[in-house]
Amino acid sequence: MRLLRIVPDNTRFKIVRFRRFSYPFSAAYSILVLVLFLTVGLNFGIDFRGGTLIEMQAKAGKAEIASVRHTANGFGFGEVEVQEFGSAGDISMRFALQPGGETAQQAVVAKAREAFAGTHDFRRVETVGPRVSGELVQAGTLGVVLAIVGVLIYLWFRFEMQLAIGAIVGTLHDIVLTVGFFLITQLEFNLTSIAAILTIVGYSLNETVVVFDRTRELLRRYKTMPVQELLDLSVNSTLSRTAMTATTTVLSLIALVLFGGTAIEGFALVMLFGVVVCTYSAMFISTPVLLYLDVRAGRLDADVEEKVPAGAKPKAS
Amino acid sequence: MLRFQARKVIAVLLVLLFGCGLALPNLFSPETRKAIEQGAPSWIPRFLLPIHAVTLGLDLQGGSHVLLEIDRADLIKTQVTQLRDDMRRILREERIAFQGGIGLTARGVQVRVPEASDRAKLLPKLRELAQPVGTLGAFGPSGTQSIEVSEQPDGLVQLQLTEAGANERVRRAVEQAMEVLRRRVDALGTTEPNIQRQGLDRILVQVPGLQDPQRLKHILGDTAKLQFRMVADQNSGDVDMLPSQDAGGQLVPVSRQVIVEGEDLIDAQPAFDQRTSQPIVNFRFNIRGAQRFGQATTENLGRALAIVLDNKVISAPVIQSPITGGSGQISGNFTVESVNNLAILLRAGALPAKMTIVEERTVGPGLGQDSIQAGKMATLIATALVILYMVLTYGVFGVIASVALLVHVCLIFGLMSLLGATMTLPGIAGIVLTIGTAVDSNVLIYERMREESHMGRSLVSALEAGFQRAFATIIDSNVTMLIAAVALFSLGSGPVRGFAVVFILGILTTVITAVTLTRMLIALWYRWARPKALPF
Repeated sequence: MRLLRIVPDNTRFKIVRFRRFSYPFSAAYSILVLVLFLTVGLNFGIDFRGGTLIEMQAKAGKAEIASVRHTANGFGFGEVEVQEFGSAGDISMRFALQPGGETAQQAVVAKAREAFAGTHDFRRVETVGPRVSGELVQAGTLGVVLAIVGVLIYLWFRFEMQLAIGAIVGTLHDIVLTVGFFLITQLEFNLTSIAAILTIVGYSLNETVVVFDRTRELLRRYKTMPVQELLDLSVNSTLSRTAMTATTTVLSLIALVLFGGTAIEGFALVMLFGVVVCTYSAMFISTPVLLYLDVRAGRLDADVEEKVPAGAKPKAS
Repeated sequence: MLRFQARKVIAVLLVLLFGCGLALPNLFSPETRKAIEQGAPSWIPRFLLPIHAVTLGLDLQGGSHVLLEIDRADLIKTQVTQLRDDMRRILREERIAFQGGIGLTARGVQVRVPEASDRAKLLPKLRELAQPVGTLGAFGPSGTQSIEVSEQPDGLVQLQLTEAGANERVRRAVEQAMEVLRRRVDALGTTEPNIQRQGLDRILVQVPGLQDPQRLKHILGDTAKLQFRMVADQNSGDVDMLPSQDAGGQLVPVSRQVIVEGEDLIDAQPAFDQRTSQPIVNFRFNIRGAQRFGQATTENLGRALAIVLDNKVISAPVIQSPITGGSGQISGNFTVESVNNLAILLRAGALPAKMTIVEERTVGPGLGQDSIQAGKMATLIATALVILYMVLTYGVFGVIASVALLVHVCLIFGLMSLLGATMTLPGIAGIVLTIGTAVDSNVLIYERMREESHMGRSLVSALEAGFQRAFATIIDSNVTMLIAAVALFSLGSGPVRGFAVVFILGILTTVITAVTLTRMLIALWYRWARPKALPF
């Protein structure tokens, strides 16, 4: 049986040279993200903005979205975002944070239940007060920063500062692009989105580390090879693995988007975007960065280990 | 590496089998698990029985998550009032002359005592009120006091609650409140409510599978402070104007003196008034309460008695005859539901301070069920797609990777059952995601083998080199992922934390299956098939 192979053997793509396109592209995209961030802004969910989210389903027949919108806007709690989603005609209502502190939010829920409980099943009710939403913003930001610092320290220990910097540049790039995805699609940004971003951080580092592991090994093996050539070789020799893993991850995420239900569709879409971006950035952003950092300096190159004898144990550190 | 001793093979298989076995109870219904637990002989330790399943988060089984915050300002206000009363009592007992009244400050009281000799009498008495705060160390109390007494040069004496004293008060109030809330939630008759403290001043209440979340919030949020006080003349000093509940919020003058409080109740039951067939609450006092109530009703015959709940007058019946039996009834503008709630609240006791709901997340049972179904579907399809793709690419080695993948998923469920971890909706997403990423270790190994083989190594040498060279990469890439996952775990709450748990366990199990199971299966395959080249 002939087996499937998406990447041919012994590819010799000029990966590093592609930075002439990838760097301006990513720079332009990043500027767009910044502009969108400042003008349009993220579509913050109630986790971070506070307020009330209600999801309900008509008990009989199709949901009358127009009349629901009319009724909800008549409550006097400001403009209500009413949307239809899913196949069963579910309706979601988002009320902004009400002035008057924590108890004011509960009045919204009581009013909505009074108006719709007879005709609709309440499938989800979430209320986040002003204090809690503020704390969630802090915790979310802290988590992303902590993760990056932690990884930077680990990579510094395990590799070399140059490689750690390359990896972090790639990761920041992926975070920026993912935030851009939220800005462009106006997908709701909530706690699960932070989870998605941190997962993307993990995946991005994973991709970069696999390439850099090879770079480290090649640096030791080929002392005289020009860095550009060596970086190209690192990416090319790990290319089939990169393609395999990206494909399996994309396959499982597609299953999640199509069958996982509306509640995690957003998460799955962001992850799908993230996996593509991470695969791209590991090759075309992080790796070329090493060209500007003197990777031949320092302990990587000074390592006496010339050639690993066949069957020898890999060095533990 | 390809020489595996039979002993080692059996050991690895046993460990993995045990790990997967831990996941088995998840296939049983809760009833079956209960039956097993009851049917098993008592000499078997409970943790060995197949009864531990993954707990479903509220977002999957439906239920309410309510975060309450105690009103710190309210507590301190009560405490300051207490200090004022203490100050007044001491001034009277010691016959100390003071100028002006007792003034209130932000966190205490102050009074001007002109005579130095009076102040010398007053200060030690006030200092006796202070209590040590904090844990007892090896050398006695840590030295912080609950209140602080100070003297200004111009004769002003201040009695202040310290920061530590205020915190201590909040801590104790939260403990009391947790007890009260537990009694209230238990009275609703739901299964396995979870009540835990969060931070200094918050309590998280999680109640699975509740039909009426509005009622839960009502039961949780009401202070339920019940007082019996006399209706007084508006002009007779010491009177509070309290809104009435039935007469459209009309203000009723009520004496500040409390005859009996809710804490003297020993029982409260919903009932119907026999004459008017209105819903009412029947109650009984303890001995102290019965005596005071009997005395008050005897002395105030013909006057109106106000029944005050959370500073609202529920009703103010006129005392027709002395009530000395220690029992009575509360009537008012009630519905059947509201007397049921009131009876529960009165039985469970009052909260030590006002509590506000700062966060609520309620998921209906229908949505949870739908999410589980969708999650199962996505998991199955993702697994099928990945297995198909792996087998198409790697042939026999793809089959081996698929076995490792299935073991990996079972291990995640097994470990989660063992740890009693909670599966949430993002957790399911995590499972599906790890199905895609778990094969990465296998891919790293296989691709490395292939490369080594292309470089002219013999098959055995290529297999060995593949494992050894890929190992460092697998560790590095998984540790970096782990760091991100731990950051997620430490910041996340509820559903997101469920995702982090799956993520972390997934990283651990994929490393384990890649370096033990995959290796062993390849060794067995090699011995059995005696191949000349890699199968891909």
